[in-house]
Amino acid sequence: MERKYLLGNEAIAHACIEAGVDFVSGYPGTPSSEVVDVLRTQPERSYYLEWSVNEKVALENALAAAWCGIRALCTMKHVGLNVAADPLMTSAYTEVTGGLVILSADDPFAHSSQNEQDTRCYAHFARIPCLDPASVQEAHDMIPAAFALSEEFGLSVIFRPTTRICHSKGDVTLGAVVPSTRKGEFHKDPSQYVVIPSHTRILHKKLNEKQPAIKKRLVELGYNRFEIRGKTAIIASGIAASYVQELLPAGVSFMQIGAYPIDEEWLGAFVSGHEKVLVIEELAPEVEDVVRQVAGCVPVFGKKNGHGSYEGELSPQAVAAILVKAGFLATNPFVQQDPVQNLPLRPPILCAGCLHRSAAYAIKKVFRDAIYPSDIGCYTLGLQLGVVDTTICMGASITVASGIAHSGEPRDVLCTIGDSTFLHTGIQGLLNAVYNGANMTVVILDNRITAMTGHQPNPNTGITACGVESPPVSIDALCRACGVQFVETVDSFDTTGMVHVLEQAKKRKGVKVIIAKQMCVISARRAGIKRGKYQVDTETCTGCGNCIRFGCPAIEFANDKAQINDLCSGCAVCVQLCPVSAIGKEGKK
Amino acid sequence: MSGSFDILMVGIGGQGTILASNILGEACLIEGRSVKGAETHGMAQRGGSVESHIRIDGLFGPLIPPGQTDLMIAFDLLEALRYSHYMKKRGRIVVNNHLVLPTSVYTQKIVAPTEDEIIATLKKNPLCLLDADKMAADAGSPLSQNVVMLGAASGSIPLKPESLLEAVRRLVPKKTVEINVKAFESGRAFGTEC
Repeated sequence: MERKYLLGNEAIAHACIEAGVDFVSGYPGTPSSEVVDVLRTQPERSYYLEWSVNEKVALENALAAAWCGIRALCTMKHVGLNVAADPLMTSAYTEVTGGLVILSADDPFAHSSQNEQDTRCYAHFARIPCLDPASVQEAHDMIPAAFALSEEFGLSVIFRPTTRICHSKGDVTLGAVVPSTRKGEFHKDPSQYVVIPSHTRILHKKLNEKQPAIKKRLVELGYNRFEIRGKTAIIASGIAASYVQELLPAGVSFMQIGAYPIDEEWLGAFVSGHEKVLVIEELAPEVEDVVRQVAGCVPVFGKKNGHGSYEGELSPQAVAAILVKAGFLATNPFVQQDPVQNLPLRPPILCAGCLHRSAAYAIKKVFRDAIYPSDIGCYTLGLQLGVVDTTICMGASITVASGIAHSGEPRDVLCTIGDSTFLHTGIQGLLNAVYNGANMTVVILDNRITAMTGHQPNPNTGITACGVESPPVSIDALCRACGVQFVETVDSFDTTGMVHVLEQAKKRKGVKVIIAKQMCVISARRAGIKRGKYQVDTETCTGCGNCIRFGCPAIEFANDKAQINDLCSGCAVCVQLCPVSAIGKEGKK
Repeated sequence: MSGSFDILMVGIGGQGTILASNILGEACLIEGRSVKGAETHGMAQRGGSVESHIRIDGLFGPLIPPGQTDLMIAFDLLEALRYSHYMKKRGRIVVNNHLVLPTSVYTQKIVAPTEDEIIATLKKNPLCLLDADKMAADAGSPLSQNVVMLGAASGSIPLKPESLLEAVRRLVPKKTVEINVKAFESGRAFGTEC
């Protein structure tokens, strides 16, 4: 068997190939994106693959494929499952014939997310199985089993890795690839696929009747397992189980939960054999709730009585602290050392030469006192530049803008949204704003790529996920079709042009759309585009700080003068900002 | 407890910490050792502070607890200081003698410690300071800075230098193998002296 050092997402992608996946869809979202990125860049593919425009679209496509009897994978981040929640809930009723695995990656501590919701709750809600790996190897090994489980019960299976699985690495033993011989074929059966009330009532009953057998099967598969070692016990789920194993005291029993729903009878027998039980899991008390239901007189320690937290992520040191508090360890084995205080933070920032920074500059100049709803993408980092007042979820810049505009708030409303986010769930908001007569300006930051999650193509890019050319959508025509009268496209690096168009928009009523276009600087670099670097003539520079306030990481300040470092990518926006023309191309005076 | 040799690699998004951690992982595979790791991906990579955990002989979770790091490889002085509480008492710090000031220092006028102040604090641990930028340029490419750093740290890593070099050959772009081998060797030569 081949052994490789792999990222969790790489191991998961490989396991999908081993399982003979036939159909792949998804929408990028950290920490899930690399699964499809690995699958789409394989030199040979025996499966259909697409980046869909959003998670609902992705799941409905994958569901249909699974209805046709082939194995389908659908990937997203946890909040993407909210977008896909509509098909998710009812797909549990309609069943599948081919295996359908829905990968929804959770992000405890919100490393790269707007919230810390727990996908296990969705599985519980929809009454479908959920697999929750504790290591990269287990994440790999669970995938073929997830497809088989889905086919056995005719239900989609949620696969829930967290950031510390997706973006962890480990030595992974890979399995053999089993090529698929399946071919999609749809068998008409309205009682199964047309969820009118008379059908759905029967389907719901069938779903509920499956539950006891699923619970038994998950124990048989060994994803929920235990070892009796003493009179007290620790029960841990997902990645938390690996932290507990590192610290497990002698003489303490250990139960690992890697699959849901949990068999209460099996769990109850374990718990009743102990004098005290501690439950350790990240986010929601999904395991703890079931333990408490079956515990009877056995004392249960968990986040519900202060042993653990509902938010954030666990770590070996956090688990050690819980073990000490619950009396499972006498002292914390890790030396407590405080980090050095008051260091300047180094948060992520927009790249030198990013189109979003120059757009933000022009926006601030023209719409000085406006309200700025924004959206999810690199441009959320515009918070540091003062052009982000709200961010909730994908597509909510336009809808929040129209809500504020209709609220009676007297100031101008200008929202920003990226091209991929606009195509994800922005269009409906724009249609609604025009239809209902909002007065607002929408700036679509158009770099023709889904940049933040790793440069995935979208319908605006002109190529598919697999590199096949496709007709790029016209955002201009799309906005006009929604009824927008004022649609202007402008180069984001052209500060004068941007300011002019923004001034025009400011004067008008109704919904105005400005498409600020420029290539993502990372895409440009990869494409070999060289614009040349710029430099500051220190004799001319008066040290006014205009360029420094622009916030570009290529511009520094030393000895009361500005200077440009190696990060410069040649966007030349600072040249336009300098009041004394001190900035010019390198090598020229 | 884990029984692993824990390496923390810190730097700024885009400095090549991920390739360096892959080289360490590959070297572990060459020696048939187990290895676990964790990385920063996604939005945080955009010029932000990044960390890679690598646990040689690691069997359980990927995260190194504070106070447990055997070896730190830091691509930037300020980042070395930021993560210094992760160090074991006598754990070695190999750091690039280079300080990139965060943009916040200019835009929000936050005072950053000087290079000398940082080095004085880091000296609580065995410290190896090197000019990896220059050594990488001398080897043939500034991009080989991460491999210079690995070379300088390699004397403290419980892996054979041949395994690390083989991992370098396997993982760097084909055209740059020669440069990176040179980068590793010059880093290693420097590392044994400091």
